[in-house]
Parts: sequence; C-alpha cells; structure tokens
Amino acid sequence: MSSNSGYVKEAPLVKGNHTFSSITALVADIVEKPTPFWWYIAFGVSNMLMGLLFLMLGYLIWEGTGVWGLNNTVAWGWAIINFVWWVGIGHAGTLISAVLFLFRQGWRTAINRFAEAMTIFAVMCAGIFPAVHVGRIWVIYWVFPLPNQMQMWPNFQSPLLWDVFAVSTYFTVSLLFWYVGLIPDLATLRDRVKSKLGAKLYGAFALGWTGGNRQWQHYEKAYMLLAGLATPLVLSVHTIVSFDFAVSIIPGWHTTIFPPYFVAGAIFSGFAMVMTLMIIARKIYGLQDIMTIDHIEKMNIIILVTGWMVGFAYIMEFFIAWYSGVEYEKFAFVNRATGPYAWAYWIMMSCNVIAPNFFWFKKMRRSITVSFILSIVVNIGMWFERFVITVTSLAQDFLPGSWAYYSPTWVDVLTYVGTFGLFFTNFLLFLRFLPMIAIAEVKMVMPQADPHYYDEDGNEPVKETEQVNEPNTNN
Amino acid sequence: MSDQVKETDKTVFAMLAEYDNPAKLMKAAKLVNRAGYTKFDAHSPFPIHGMDGAMGLKESKLGWIVLSHALVGFSGGLALQVWASSIAYPINIGGRPFANIPAYVPVTFELTILLSAFAAVFGMFFLNNLPKLHNSLFNSENFSRVTDDKFFICIETEDGMFSEEETQKFLEGTGASHIEKVYE
Repeated sequence: MSSNSGYVKEAPLVKGNHTFSSITALVADIVEKPTPFWWYIAFGVSNMLMGLLFLMLGYLIWEGTGVWGLNNTVAWGWAIINFVWWVGIGHAGTLISAVLFLFRQGWRTAINRFAEAMTIFAVMCAGIFPAVHVGRIWVIYWVFPLPNQMQMWPNFQSPLLWDVFAVSTYFTVSLLFWYVGLIPDLATLRDRVKSKLGAKLYGAFALGWTGGNRQWQHYEKAYMLLAGLATPLVLSVHTIVSFDFAVSIIPGWHTTIFPPYFVAGAIFSGFAMVMTLMIIARKIYGLQDIMTIDHIEKMNIIILVTGWMVGFAYIMEFFIAWYSGVEYEKFAFVNRATGPYAWAYWIMMSCNVIAPNFFWFKKMRRSITVSFILSIVVNIGMWFERFVITVTSLAQDFLPGSWAYYSPTWVDVLTYVGTFGLFFTNFLLFLRFLPMIAIAEVKMVMPQADPHYYDEDGNEPVKETEQVNEPNTNN
Repeated sequence: MSDQVKETDKTVFAMLAEYDNPAKLMKAAKLVNRAGYTKFDAHSPFPIHGMDGAMGLKESKLGWIVLSHALVGFSGGLALQVWASSIAYPINIGGRPFANIPAYVPVTFELTILLSAFAAVFGMFFLNNLPKLHNSLFNSENFSRVTDDKFFICIETEDGMFSEEETQKFLEGTGASHIEKVYE
C-alpha cells in the first residue's frame, strides 16, 4: 500500500522489530490473557449506567414524553441533540475504514477495527432517541413500509422518514463491513485459542476461512466494494440528518450549508472520540507499536482541518444571515451569540473553533496529554453545537409571544448518561473478546508483506539497509 | 487436529507445501500455475499483491452480482415510493405532486446501498463457498499457522495432474520448507 510508493520515504507504520507472528501475538493474545481487574470495574460501572438507561427509558415510556423538559415552543430537546451527537461520533469509524481505504492510507489499519466498533455502538445509542421520541414506541413499526390493516403507507416526503432509512441502512452496512473485516482475524483466534469452546465459537464466526488466495480475491473485491458503498453512505446519512433541520422553515435551520457542515462536524467529533478511546486502549494493552504517535498526529491533523471546516460554517452562517436580508434569519443568529443561550454558543465556539488550534504546533499534535484533553474538549463542543442548533432556533422563532426557555429535566440528563453505559458495555465486551486491531491488515502494510522486499531467492535481505523507495513507474 | 491412525487407511485430500515468506509463495504459485495444475490454492495470512496474476486467476465476478442488486434496490425503492404515495395511499402534502420524485431520492439511494452491501457480503460468501464448517486442510497441524505467519500451497488430489510422487517431487523443487499429505 502507500508505504511502498512515492518519492519520499515514509515513516514505517509499525514500530519496533516486529515479525508477522509477533503482531499476531500482540493483538490476539489479549483475548487469551486473563481479564485484567480494571476491566471488571469498568464493566460493572458501565453495566450500572446501562441499567440506568433502561430505567429511564422505562419511566419515559410509562409516563410519556412529558417527563422530558420539552415544552410547546421547544419540542426538540436533548433527545434530538443526543441522537445527532451519537450518530456524528459514529461517522469517524466509517470514514477511517472506508474513505481512508479508498485513498490507500495504510495508517488506517491500526485503528479501523476499533473505530468501526465505535461506529456500531454509537449508532445503537443514537437509534434509541428518535425511537423513544415518537412517544408511542409500541407503534414504531409505522415508520416502516409494511402492509397494515389501516391500508396506510408512510409519508416518503418527510425527512424524518428518510432518517429511518438512512440510519438503519447505516447501521446494517457498518455491521456487515465490520464483520467482513473480522473474518480473517476470527480465523486467527480460531487457530490460537486454547479453550475448546472458544475455538468452536470463533471457528463458527470465521465461517471456515482458510486464507486461500481464491478466497482473498473475492474478499478483497468485496471489501473494496463495501468501502465504495460506505463512503457515499456516510455522507448521505449525516446529510439526511441535517435535512431534519434544513428542510423545515425555522430561522437558523433553513440553510443549504447544513449538509456539508453537518458531515464535517460529524467527522470532527468522531475522530475526537476515536482518539479518546484509542489513547486509553493503547496504553492499557501496550499497543504503542501499532497505534503509534504518528497515527495520533495524523488524526490530530484531521481534527484540525475538520475543526476549521466547522468554524468556517459557523462564520458563513452568520454572513449569509446578514447577506440574505431576512429579519428573522438575522435575529436568529445574533440571538444565538448574545441571547439567553449565549453561554452555550460560546462554549461551542471556544471548544470547536479555538481549542483545535493548538494542533498547529507539532509538539502539541504529538503530545498524548494534549491530544487526550483536546479530544474530550471537542466532543463537549460538538454536543453544544447540536444544542445551539436545536434549542436556540426553536426557543425564539417568529412570534415573541410564543418564546420560551428550555431546560432539561433529570430524566433527560440521566438518559444521556445512561447511553454511555450502553456504549461502554459493548465496547468493553469488544475489547475483551474480539481482536481490537485488524491483524491481517496490519501485516499487509508491513514491509515484509511485499514479495519485492525479499531478494531473488526469496530470502530476507541480509542487512536492514535503508530502503530507498523508488518512484512508482507502474502508472 | 485429528488422530493420526494408520496413514494407509485414509484417503489423501491434498498435498500441502509450506513456505516461509510471501516471495517464496509467489514464486511457487507461478511454478504451480505454469506446470498446469488447476485445483490448487495459495494460502496466506493476508492478501498478497500480485498473487492473482501469479496463480492465473480471472477477475472476480463479484462486481456484477453487486451491480444487479444495486439496480434492484434502486428500481424497487423508487417503485415502492411512487406506488405507495400515488396509488396505494395518495395524500396531498403541501400541494406537491403525488409522485414527487426529488423527495424520493434519499430513500431510493439508501435502498440501493443497502441491497448492494448485502450483495457484496453474501455474494462474496457465495463465491468463496462460505460458510464451510469442515475443510480437510484443518487436519494438518501446521496449517493452523496460515492465519499467523506461514504460507502454503495446496494441490488437491482431484486435480487431473495429481500423482502422489510426481506432485511431491514437483513441490520439493519450488522452495518449500515442508511438505505433507493432508488426509480427508
């Protein structure tokens, strides 16, 4: 892949003197080793939070949406904010696995499995909110085009219905993509684990994979096609999420910049979330050789770039509000920055537009502590972005007589906290039972994977000489 | 994995040659292909660039499977919406036409992607004969390292050119580090 082409010698993607088998051991043996004590603690806490989520959802369904802080003016509150926030986080996973794959970015192999898992669990958390937001969850099947005794069909002109299709397709495709990527690594675990039951289970999910080139041939084609399908999909999903707002006529929502702005924001927050999780995991599991500081730096650059895209959108929205000459539009934006929710607006601005600028400095980009803190700051900022968009536009729209102030209730807050329980319960199970790094793909980007690495008789080059990469003449 | 009872009692499934690295595997695959064997495969822990050419494989047909499903998803999705909104349950929404095609783009697109993705994954399973819960290759002790760091060429007895002595001799000349018979 990318490591073998180009004029400039690239830093190796895997650090340390690793062989194929030491990579296998590094990743696959995590599953074999005894479960660390902290895992039980983390799992216990996550489970309790997940229990809290189910309690809150039960209470909501029992009592009705009145237990949330919504009022007549502000009909969309934390539930929608959390939905957009969690979906957005998920998008980095698809971006890393699909978009970077199509661009032949070899460094994605260290983090793609991880990020894809994050996608799936984040979309699970996201999906809960619109589902319970309908109020009568027991008739949720009305959103699907199923023949029914009322002879009614869904309204296909509604962005909310598009959302149903977009998010469910996204979840399904992400799951398929993740599973296809897992098959060769599940085969590795099948061949390694000592317990009979483990070997049987991994073996069943590995589907009898033998690594034959006749399999790899179709496998690689399928993977490439899935990447090609997932790329427009991820763009479409957040575009459609932004349509939930943009297709309405509320000032502050009705803007054409929303789709690209939402997609950039999603990637921004998603990369930040991958960063947070990755910094913890690489430390705990000693994976610094695979998830290197170079990876962190590259991700920080993406955070910086997408942060500025988002910042550009904030500024452009303001400009267009003024330039359009529409009174309500102008008011909506000035009111965001100076009105009753100015505190939220400025939290958003400082977290999303100002904070990432630390990454202009190489020292900061390569500092684990700074990366970790900023990744959390960005996620806070992106939550507030959705808060600002959703709440400020509704709270003060056309008629001052109907203005209101929105505050969440304890149910809102605890439901949101509970989704972290669901997320981390799944994530911890993933860390414990599945290879958290795509073993086969990491091997692929090692220099030894290239048949041209060896001399004419097929032996390892005698000395580790500095390999000068020659220009690629094949194209 | 299986108990090695009496070798003569069992039928041979294939001849399995082991190689140390991708370069040796690639070279061997070229030789096997050139010798005229057809029922063989080159097994490796990761896909090796250029191996399709070395083995003389044709381009994967998966793209066509995916395309056909994409077309079904596209036309089916569009037809569902037009039919539901203008024939089965026509409803006037803001005075827009019943068959409001631009509004049907998102769902049509999603269904196209959904069906294509299913086709890509299950089409790949189909072409690869997966899931396959038993494979005689797993009877070989060494073969378990194919998912770790070893490379193998397996020539099946079903191949027209296969003969135990000849094939073994031939594989010895391809730079294999170990050769064994795999039983059914």
